Amino acid sequence: MNPSPAIRHASGKAASRRELLGLGLAAILGCRKSATPRVTLLNASYDPTREFYQEFNAAFGRRWRQLRGMEVIVKQSHGGSGKQARAVIDGLPVDVVTLALAYDIDAIAERGLVAPGWQQRLPFDSCPYTSTIVFLVRKGNPKRIRDWEDLIRPGVSVITPNPKTSGGARWNYLAAWGYALQKHPGDESAARSFVARLYRNVPVLDSGARGSTTTFVQRGIGDVLLSWESEAFQAIAELGADRIEMVAPSSSILTEPPVAVVDRVAERRGAAEVAAAYLEYLYSDEGQRIAARHYYRPRNPRAASEAPVRFPQLRLFRVGEIFGDWRKAHQTHFAAGGTFDQIYQRGT
Amino acid sequence: MRFKRSSILPGFWPAFAFALSYLSLLVLIPLSSVALTTASEGWGRAWRIITAPQVLASLRLSFGASLAAALINSVFGFLVAWVLARYQFPGKRLVDALVDLPFALPTAVAGITLAALYSETGWIGSVFAQAGIRVAYTPLGVLVALTFIGLPFVVRSVQPVLEDIEQEAEEAAASLGAGRGQTFRLVLFPLARPALLTGFALAFARGLGEYGSVVFISGNIPLRTEITPLLIITRLEQYDYAGAAAIALVMLAASLVLLFAINLLQWRTRRAMEAPGL
Repeated sequence: MNPSPAIRHASGKAASRRELLGLGLAAILGCRKSATPRVTLLNASYDPTREFYQEFNAAFGRRWRQLRGMEVIVKQSHGGSGKQARAVIDGLPVDVVTLALAYDIDAIAERGLVAPGWQQRLPFDSCPYTSTIVFLVRKGNPKRIRDWEDLIRPGVSVITPNPKTSGGARWNYLAAWGYALQKHPGDESAARSFVARLYRNVPVLDSGARGSTTTFVQRGIGDVLLSWESEAFQAIAELGADRIEMVAPSSSILTEPPVAVVDRVAERRGAAEVAAAYLEYLYSDEGQRIAARHYYRPRNPRAASEAPVRFPQLRLFRVGEIFGDWRKAHQTHFAAGGTFDQIYQRGT
Repeated sequence: MRFKRSSILPGFWPAFAFALSYLSLLVLIPLSSVALTTASEGWGRAWRIITAPQVLASLRLSFGASLAAALINSVFGFLVAWVLARYQFPGKRLVDALVDLPFALPTAVAGITLAALYSETGWIGSVFAQAGIRVAYTPLGVLVALTFIGLPFVVRSVQPVLEDIEQEAEEAAASLGAGRGQTFRLVLFPLARPALLTGFALAFARGLGEYGSVVFISGNIPLRTEITPLLIITRLEQYDYAGAAAIALVMLAASLVLLFAINLLQWRTRRAMEAPGL
């Protein structure tokens, strides 16, 4: 099993060399105080936000130096959303968490590390940017996949991660369920059989989103990959539009990855103020523009023009509209014996 | 309890105390905390969790595939060790180093590579696919991954023993009229058997606990290709520490019984071998 996720310097090797040099100089001069006071933050995030936070951390560093004359070094830790939450619960001294779903921060809050009511502390339920679930298909869309209905056709093979092990993939499951429920309002059993048929077309349930992308793109397995829109754009940019293309369904779920200060840790480390400012800066014009540049849908519509792509138009529904809240959604669908387990127990 | 007192080596008690506390710190305390965590939400719930069909199916796959992989490695690992210990050929050092690769490779890398090779579009997988056999994303894929990671355990256990067997033993057997097959069966193999058992046990134990490489090639389909460590992770993803510990405890208990049985077997073969010589 993997050890705790690796912690990296956001600013890379140059910074550590500078630090060494600084230390050396301080030792020679016999003074232990550096010129600018310094504060460090540790941000535990989920996997695909790596490049986004690299750019954002640098921007926030500049801002905080202007504002307070202080140097902020933000260290990043990336891993599966649930794994990160467990690391925080088990004592990793993280100041802020920026995870894939509210359920994971709720779990941290339940253990008293984040103050209750955390989701009301920042605008938009503490979700500064959003995305949605779309389809990636092979170039030319040979199976002519246009909407969710096409995914349950016999002979169509769908790739999506296991929602039990991948927090991000729970959004995929709920998107399909929500689509079916909107089509047959109030008919939970219709939604259940739609989702069951969809997962019968899934030959591989990778343990995480990255694994599914590899299976689909590198292995060439499956006709369609369910993916976050942000990651789909990233995949197309990295792998080339000559291999895969994106299809937006008629409706999908609004994925809202939340952020929160881990109060217990930030207060103990005396970093509560800068941690709060860090998260608030995600809502600033610059923060929103950086999010858009990394294919997240910004809350501020003006920042959307900064995105290198056009976000497709589709009907978006929120978790709250259909499932109540994440806790209920989890209990009904992903907990032991939930609808996901039932799908497979009936299938055999 | 009685200990042998008449040792010529000094410092038995300090060494024994150190070994015992070291083992307690490293092994016994973490393991007993697994039992404590399981008990924290009651044994009734733990029992329901471990007897669920999904968990039983995963236990069958994990133990079955680990056992099969360890058996395969016992045969072919022994062969590899034999070749490395007995013959001189160009590139021998390279082959010797290759054996350790599954040790050194990060398990996720191994898993991704194996999945690439054995999927229907991969080099090896496409050949099997023509014969109508799917390897990756089936229990067979799990077996492939576990065989890969278990190989060095058998080779590295057996190889030094084969190298240490003195030429005289074979010469004596030959001069007493034994054929080549008899020499192997009656002289060489019995000498290597305890080491082979050790290698088998190590490969088996490693297979049971293996997660990183297997999840990439197994496909993780509930009731069909889920290994038990995956279900432990699944429980942890739901912050169900007690549930995860309950499943872990089953694996722990079963492995302990099996390893103990293997040790017992080893001890007996060793005794049987030593007895006539004394």
